Amino acid sequence: MAEDTRGTSGNGGPSDEEAALSARLQRLRERLAHRKGVGRDDEPQSGPRSDPSAIARGFRLSTELVAGVLVGAFIGWALDKWLGISPWGMIVFLLLGFAAGVVNVIRAAGISGGPGQGSR
Amino acid sequence: MADPIHQFEIHNLFTLGHIGGQEIAFTNSALYMAVVVVGIAALLVGASSPRALVPGRMQSVAELSYEFVADTINSTTGKEGMKFFPFVFTIFMFVLFANVIGLIPYTFTVTTHIIITAALALTVFLTVIIYGFYRNGLKFFGLFVPHGIPIYILPLIVFIEVLSFLSRPISHSVRLFANMLAGHITLKVFASFITLLGGLGILGVAGATLPLALVVALTALELLVAFLQAYVFAILTCIYLNDAFHPGH
Repeated sequence: MAEDTRGTSGNGGPSDEEAALSARLQRLRERLAHRKGVGRDDEPQSGPRSDPSAIARGFRLSTELVAGVLVGAFIGWALDKWLGISPWGMIVFLLLGFAAGVVNVIRAAGISGGPGQGSR
Repeated sequence: MADPIHQFEIHNLFTLGHIGGQEIAFTNSALYMAVVVVGIAALLVGASSPRALVPGRMQSVAELSYEFVADTINSTTGKEGMKFFPFVFTIFMFVLFANVIGLIPYTFTVTTHIIITAALALTVFLTVIIYGFYRNGLKFFGLFVPHGIPIYILPLIVFIEVLSFLSRPISHSVRLFANMLAGHITLKVFASFITLLGGLGILGVAGATLPLALVVALTALELLVAFLQAYVFAILTCIYLNDAFHPGH
């Protein structure tokens, strides 16, 4: 909601006109805040506000999963190259990366809280 | 058939100089980035110069964009997140303008190159890490240790959390890049169907109305995607920044 941070009414001088103006501004702000709240409730979406539409939501979930797997695969490949433990690094980190991807998806879908979500 | 990839090619417009044998050129990508910045500056400086209490059309747009980003930050990270308002606002406006300007025919879309989106995502990623450590010290590692996990599976969970954290800049950048790239290629391919069918005589022209209708619809969709991806990029920036403020939730 619109907090009173912009301080348009803070510099109201002693004159009546300015006081009246700031009072009117205050009323306008309250009405605007009220209307904003109403408008938001009217929107058909039911999910959290970070998901404005189904396309964006679907695309976000898929990239989250793929990114997790990619990072796992890359780290596994790099460890294999570096330590010469092929194929164990790839196997372990690909699985871990998949798990991380699933964690990402679950968090992005807003099913569970956790480090990615934080307090709203 | 017109090459659908041709629109993403980078051309050197002129050479600025050489650094260590590497040519530093002013490319069409750089040109459009400059256009984006000039466009944003023109909107914000030009529109807000009247400073009217009752805003005109352009001032309304500028104020709306401020309110929109401020609302987004407030609802995801809370009031203290407003410290990062200039950062998030810059990213949002840059991505939005780059996406929307790219929809104009014959222009170049800056965000269809992963180097641009990856640079933006890495900036966010490094900001979160640096500010997180600056603000929380070593408590920032609490991000990787969720509460209420039995000690014997904790190492596994920490590994998964670290991987999940590292995957963020990838998903953050690939999402924007892939959306814009796919959208522009789809538009191009369907548009080339029109000319192909149109060359086939009277029946072809009748058939060409189908892809034409599709291109019109796709352009509208792309406009939505352009805005939506800028919004998603900004809101994910906020969500990631939130971790710098409150690790260990």
